[in-house]
Amino acid sequence: MIYFDHAATTAVKPQVLEAMLPYFSENYGNASSIYTIGQQSRAAVEAAREQVASALSCLPREVYFTAGGSESDNWAIKGAAFANRKKGNHIITSCIEHHAVLHTCQYLEKQGFEVTYLPVNEYGEVSVEDVKNAIREDTILITIMFANNEIGTIQPISEIGKIAAEHKILFHTDAVQAVGAVPINVKEMGIDMLSLSAHKFGGPKGIGALYIRGGVRVDNLVHGGAQERNKRAGTENLAGIVGLGKAIELATADITTKSEKIAAMRDYIMNGILTKIPYTRLNGHPTNRLCGNVNISFEFIEGEGMLLLLDMNGIAASSGSACTSGSLDPSHVLLAIGLPHGIAHGSLRISLGEENTMEDADRLLEILPGIIDRLRQMSPLYEEVERGE
Amino acid sequence: MYSEKVMDHFANPRNVGEIEDANAVGQVGNAKCGDIMKMYMKIEDDIVKDVKFKTFGCGAAIATSSMATELVKGKTIDEALALTNRAVMEALDGLPPQKVHCSVLAEEAIAAAIQNYYDRLGIDKKVAKHCDGHCESCSCH
Repeated sequence: MIYFDHAATTAVKPQVLEAMLPYFSENYGNASSIYTIGQQSRAAVEAAREQVASALSCLPREVYFTAGGSESDNWAIKGAAFANRKKGNHIITSCIEHHAVLHTCQYLEKQGFEVTYLPVNEYGEVSVEDVKNAIREDTILITIMFANNEIGTIQPISEIGKIAAEHKILFHTDAVQAVGAVPINVKEMGIDMLSLSAHKFGGPKGIGALYIRGGVRVDNLVHGGAQERNKRAGTENLAGIVGLGKAIELATADITTKSEKIAAMRDYIMNGILTKIPYTRLNGHPTNRLCGNVNISFEFIEGEGMLLLLDMNGIAASSGSACTSGSLDPSHVLLAIGLPHGIAHGSLRISLGEENTMEDADRLLEILPGIIDRLRQMSPLYEEVERGE
Repeated sequence: MYSEKVMDHFANPRNVGEIEDANAVGQVGNAKCGDIMKMYMKIEDDIVKDVKFKTFGCGAAIATSSMATELVKGKTIDEALALTNRAVMEALDGLPPQKVHCSVLAEEAIAAAIQNYYDRLGIDKKVAKHCDGHCESCSCH
């Protein structure tokens, strides 16, 4: 199988699994217990916290472990909103955020908060000017994703961080897709809170972290025990935390070389598809995008058929079509960059990882034109085009 | 997610294409919802002698189109009109709940083609079934 869906999830790296294994049945102690195996677990959790801190250029005590990206987003946004309610009730976000952010903001609207959903340009970029103009007296939080999960566009995070700091507004970023792909320094970028998830960069599923800058007040989301410095209750997911620590260390080491290699593969695939197949459109920014993200729309066909036929040829990929999302509308991101519904339904997302090779890319370019043609030959929309020519 | 029969009809769809001298052509659905089905029929002596389809849509939409053409080929107009989305689904060994609307579209496409046949002949009969614009309602049939 050729795996081209790294934005969905990744395999746990062998070194990560190896690091995790002792923490299931041997060193299983509760990190809150005072006896030896408990304290060994505590040490493992704190070592992982240091690994995360080092990857983000923050302090270990600014890192809180969570159950993943969705929890981190929920915690950051709800926590900041409720903690700052007396200061104001306005939140700024973008219309292309992950649902973990969008649905959380919609929930907060029901709780009486006001949310501005900033538009994006044709490439999926949020305008720094728009952020500036959206700021009000009562704005308490700006939450803009680091890089988009569907079209890969990277947002002007440092610029937004600067504006947020100037206005003393908290700035959260969902960096679930960016960690391990883009170098991140939360201090230099002016980020107050950052969400990440281990399974997107070679770690296990069900574990993530939220960076909360020291001094930032955020209400708790999960109430209970005193874990995570009284901020996030629940016995620590020990093996998961160890896995996250190892995975982020591996993913951020040598990040520039790795991302350049993957970006070369990305450009090869993008150019290959766009030149070999007519009636196609690149979604997202041509250059300012995640090194592993290719997103292309094929006119006159629907995405699910593409995925099924690719799967029959041993290639795993993703689409923004309604049929693959379980809803009836195509991706909100593709609609936000201005694609008509019909074209948004026919999108294909290829997300590359370290283990992909140029042979994988060539195999895709060999298989895909036939698949697209086959579906177009079945499409009544293509028939009209062929007649018109 | 899909039954073997759905996958078979998706991977090897029966009766794909156009009929040059079709005397019944109907199209239903829209690109916004992500499904368009177009049915071509050659009707002689009240019998659907030949039928072909073209579909823009997901795997289930292609499979239901294919199965629907098989189920009406060689049948009388009345038999073709009696085909329900449920019968198409059953013939495919079922569809996931969110794909039930595809089978409804297949039923509607057949009716639309036959309506076109009546209209061409100036026969005053209304058989076309129309989408109410609410995609969700199809799942409740």
